[in-house]
Amino acid sequence: MKDTIQKRERRKGRSSLSDRTILVPAIRASFAKLNPRWIARNPVMFVVEVGAVITTIIFVLDLFNGTPVLRGPNNELFVGQITVWLWFTVLFANFAEAMAEGRGKAQAASLRKTRSETIARRLVDGQLTNCQTNGLEERISSTQLKKGDLVVCEAGDIVPGDGDVIEGIASIDESAITGESAPVIREAGGDRSSVTGGTRVLSDRIVIQITANPGETFLDRMIHLVESASRRKTPNEIALNILLAALTIIFMVATVTLQPFAIYAGTSVTITVLIALLVCLIPTTIGGLLSAIGIAGIDRLMQRNVIALSGRAVEAAGDVDTLLLDKTGTITFGNRQASEFLPAPGVAMERLVEAAELASLADETPEGKSIVALANRLGSSGRALDKAGMTFIAFSATTRMSGVDFGGRTIRKGADDAMGRWSERDLPVDVRARVDAIGRSGGTPLVVGENKVVLGTIHLKDIVKPGIRDRFAELRRMGLRTVMITGDNPLTAAAIAKEAGVDDFLAQATPEMKLKLIRDEQALGRMVAMTGDGTNDAPALAQADVAVAMNTGTQAAKEAGNLIDLDSDPTKLIEIVEAGKQMLITRGALTTFSIANDVAKYFAIIPAMFFVALPELKALNIMQLHSPNSAVLSAVIFNALIIIALVPLALRGVRYRPIGASALLRNNLLIYGLGGIVAPFIGIKIIDIIVTAVNLAA
Amino acid sequence: MVVDIIGVVITYLAVAMGAWFLAPHLVKVFQGQRVFLSPVLRPVERGAYRLMGVDETKEQSWIAYGVSVLAVTIVSLIFTYLVLRLQDKLPFNPQGFGPVPADLAFNTAVSFTTNTNWQNYTGEQTMSYFSQMVGLVMHNFLSAATGIAMAIALVRGISSRQLKTLGNFYVDVTRATLYVLLPIAFVAALVLASQGAVQTLSSYPVAHTLEGAAQTIAVGPFASQEVIKDLGNNGGGPFNANSAHPFENPNGFTNQLEIFLELLIPFALALMFGRWVGNIKQGIAIAATMGIVLVAATGIAAWAEQSGNPALTNIGVSQANTATQAGGNMEGKSVAFGPIYSANFAAATTGTSTGAVDSSHDSFTPIGGMVPLVLMQLGEVTPGGVGAGLYGMLIFAVLAVFIAGLMVGRTPEYLGKKIESKEVRLASLVILTSAFNILVWTAISVLVPAGLKGPLNPAAHGFTEILYAFSSTNGNNGSAFAGLTGNTVYYNTALGIAMWTGRYIFYIPILALAGALAGKKVVPAGPGTFRTDTPLFVGLLIGVIIIVGALTFFPALALGPLLEQFQLAAGHLH
Repeated sequence: MKDTIQKRERRKGRSSLSDRTILVPAIRASFAKLNPRWIARNPVMFVVEVGAVITTIIFVLDLFNGTPVLRGPNNELFVGQITVWLWFTVLFANFAEAMAEGRGKAQAASLRKTRSETIARRLVDGQLTNCQTNGLEERISSTQLKKGDLVVCEAGDIVPGDGDVIEGIASIDESAITGESAPVIREAGGDRSSVTGGTRVLSDRIVIQITANPGETFLDRMIHLVESASRRKTPNEIALNILLAALTIIFMVATVTLQPFAIYAGTSVTITVLIALLVCLIPTTIGGLLSAIGIAGIDRLMQRNVIALSGRAVEAAGDVDTLLLDKTGTITFGNRQASEFLPAPGVAMERLVEAAELASLADETPEGKSIVALANRLGSSGRALDKAGMTFIAFSATTRMSGVDFGGRTIRKGADDAMGRWSERDLPVDVRARVDAIGRSGGTPLVVGENKVVLGTIHLKDIVKPGIRDRFAELRRMGLRTVMITGDNPLTAAAIAKEAGVDDFLAQATPEMKLKLIRDEQALGRMVAMTGDGTNDAPALAQADVAVAMNTGTQAAKEAGNLIDLDSDPTKLIEIVEAGKQMLITRGALTTFSIANDVAKYFAIIPAMFFVALPELKALNIMQLHSPNSAVLSAVIFNALIIIALVPLALRGVRYRPIGASALLRNNLLIYGLGGIVAPFIGIKIIDIIVTAVNLAA
Repeated sequence: MVVDIIGVVITYLAVAMGAWFLAPHLVKVFQGQRVFLSPVLRPVERGAYRLMGVDETKEQSWIAYGVSVLAVTIVSLIFTYLVLRLQDKLPFNPQGFGPVPADLAFNTAVSFTTNTNWQNYTGEQTMSYFSQMVGLVMHNFLSAATGIAMAIALVRGISSRQLKTLGNFYVDVTRATLYVLLPIAFVAALVLASQGAVQTLSSYPVAHTLEGAAQTIAVGPFASQEVIKDLGNNGGGPFNANSAHPFENPNGFTNQLEIFLELLIPFALALMFGRWVGNIKQGIAIAATMGIVLVAATGIAAWAEQSGNPALTNIGVSQANTATQAGGNMEGKSVAFGPIYSANFAAATTGTSTGAVDSSHDSFTPIGGMVPLVLMQLGEVTPGGVGAGLYGMLIFAVLAVFIAGLMVGRTPEYLGKKIESKEVRLASLVILTSAFNILVWTAISVLVPAGLKGPLNPAAHGFTEILYAFSSTNGNNGSAFAGLTGNTVYYNTALGIAMWTGRYIFYIPILALAGALAGKKVVPAGPGTFRTDTPLFVGLLIGVIIIVGALTFFPALALGPLLEQFQLAAGHLH
């Protein structure tokens, strides 16, 4: 419980919007990002900046020369204010991006702090044989470690970099990375050999082979992702950018041709007002927030202790159709456990329970422990017995039985056929029926006997994690299919699949079958997500569209994955999918909102443009704005302020609820479509009242 | 008035029923299955392929398909240009008309090739029977069939499962002509002739009036031309007065019959789309989107025309609908049709890309006249031209899915095909072309002196006349607001170019889109998929069409019809 609180505090501290350590650099960065070469990456904001430069020039010329050509009927105060607000529009968009970047970097920094610089004990020759006896070590800074170096860590040392244990076994405290305080065991060989820089060795001595050069660890890769300079746009972002660019061109055509139309109508429009109209029409809201939304998506995953190694994977997570989940550890607790005792006819329950417990007292396997635990729950107290006089018979592959002999009692438990041979006769009909039924249901039967008399059966089964069924139901509502992967036989697999509520299962799975399943799903056009930690998961991870590698997993698995879960919790996939969907929804919502906003802006600016020459058009001034200048100014101010107002939404993301696509679309259309049409009418009117009240526009 | 409204309702119901029954026939025709006409027409079809040297089993990639479209178009364009230029040396010219001037011949040839049928000439004073029947009517079939073929290619792209081909253009055009256009036109022509439309090859008869003056009455083989003019959404009639002429459109029944013919194929194609992709509801959604906008537009136009001119109301003139007068704005309308049927015709002819007229849109009230203008500016998709309406609407569907589809939390997909940057780029290009074509040409025309000479009326109304001309030609509609003197070198050329880009600049992105979609995997639908066969989607699609159109053209409309309406209401006349 302590760790969860600790984790929650850390999250809260990281995500705070009003954090000065993020806010101040973000404001500074907003100005630095005014560099045209930077802005040119974003066509919408580039147009705004060009517009701002032009109005600045007009303002300066008006002020000093009063150039008659450029000077309209509007006074300098008006042009000056429009200019200021246009610059603010660009700055606000820059600020949104800088905030998202800053938050990501702050999170990364807090992760990195632990691993900042430690002293590494490098083996001089890089020879393993030396160290076993009397290896020569040198002490160097962890930042100088290269891929392939061998380092030694003993109790109390900080692991200097990411790597694989190639010798020894140690318990390691990973709380600095995962927030979990319980130590984990890492040992050479197998799937538990990977260690992360910044964690602390609590006991024993290990030799680690470093697997990443400085600046190439996955934390470094993630930091690149939140720095928009080196960030690559995701496919959907590129498509959206094209649409926004096309809309920008359409509005440029609509604005530029307005001047000849005005001339035909016997009037003309000042360049300042035309630029104001253009900036109001082009989708600045989404254009300004688009890159912040993408970065914020990665930030949000980081808050959940998931490190994204590509922005594309986060986006793809929203599209996932099929989820592959390992049975063990994800759907069920790792081991089979005793779930009930079934006495043979004529045998009292108490007798069976007592015998079962006695037979398992010395059995240290999880199954054996679970039998003792279940017996205790049922009121037996075998533990109180004096074990001194007991002779325990351990399980062996040949006898396939275990048990205990004491005081003339010979108690055994074992597989049904082995127990049949032991009792020297067939199992009682009723017991045989029970055994078969348990097998059919996916469980494992253990038969218990005393002095060659069969007493009954113990039902061992996989225990499905509580609450997992509800999560699968939620996934189904989100439109995802879950497939359980297990090494069990089909019968067992089917039973557990039914109990857990998964849609499908793959039994007796081999790595090849896993890979084939992913390919088959993809051939049907489905996107596949999976989690994995073992080296043999790597090919499947590399094939999957969204591949979450467990931090506890091997280096090979982490290399193959595109997301890494620091908590090593396979059910995290659900949150990753949600984060992906949230990012897409936020983009769609703000695009819709941005376009819907234009309706009101037309009604503000068009009548204002022709107020003098074509007074009849004031019928379009349905907001009853005070004057042409106040109308144009209010629209421009609204357009700038809405960006800053929506920054929190862009960073937080629009909430996703698994209520089905139609309901989701209807709700969001209502809020961001209809709301997007109505909101600016109200907003512009309010700003107009304020602007008029403080005499900013005549 | 009530009778008129019932007439409109019956017409639209008839269209719905006709389209419903025509749709399965269209699926069969374009999937190459046997239909009831096959025993008679199959030999003709085979003969046509042999003549053209076409292997009907060979499928084309989108590029090959596009090249075929352009090749056929350009060859037939040059052919028509030559026919018009040489009509004095060609047969069937009883009135002895001279050659058509070069700029007018260019404009007219482009106009008919692009299915626009903008007419800068007066048919009965310019064109010989040969020019009308061979040079022009040929395009009434060919350009309509080409539009249908393009739509079929896009539908194949959307429905195909990872294929590289889109069918064969020559086969599609031939089958569209033989199995769809000709049979319907044949039956409808008989009905129309029975109602009094003329169908003759003799020279113009001369009538002697009561005052003793001699009056030449223009006639011709026109009932058949009239039918394909409507059915193929061409709109170019043999008479200058078009469907307001009693020999083209004799009575109220034929008026509604022509409306029926204009709307039949565009709606049937939309329903065909649903059957083709294996979900009738997808087609109903598209047809419903078209229908709702069309019905609303009809209602607005009819209301504006029946309400009459606000300036007349202001000075106390009764424009009420009474036993003795139709009421409403009757300027430029035939008493045979009255305000409501005229408004109905105006909405149908501009909602489709027909462009035939049975009344002068120039004389409509500003709001009544804005309805046809807006229907054309929305991109000719409600229901749009034969074929062109469907592919235009599908482009909007792609955009609607992309904008709003994100809001369900998935990469947008339409009928299981992911909409990615390539599709968005091509769809955007289509919308962009349309906006650019209309607005930039209008802007140039109000700046250059040659353009300013065009409009008959000053101020806002004159502006609307120019805007209307380019909206009409860009949308390949061809209806004229009248009032614009189009037969000048400037307008013949400018409008000719606008017609050409309005149709053929479209073709490339549309076929490229079809090709891109054809190669894509189909993502199976699940509960998280954005459904495109629901009323919600219909509402969304209508919203996107109207908002995109309104945002692009609002400033222009404000300075044209809206300004005029406000001026009329305020009593400021120009």
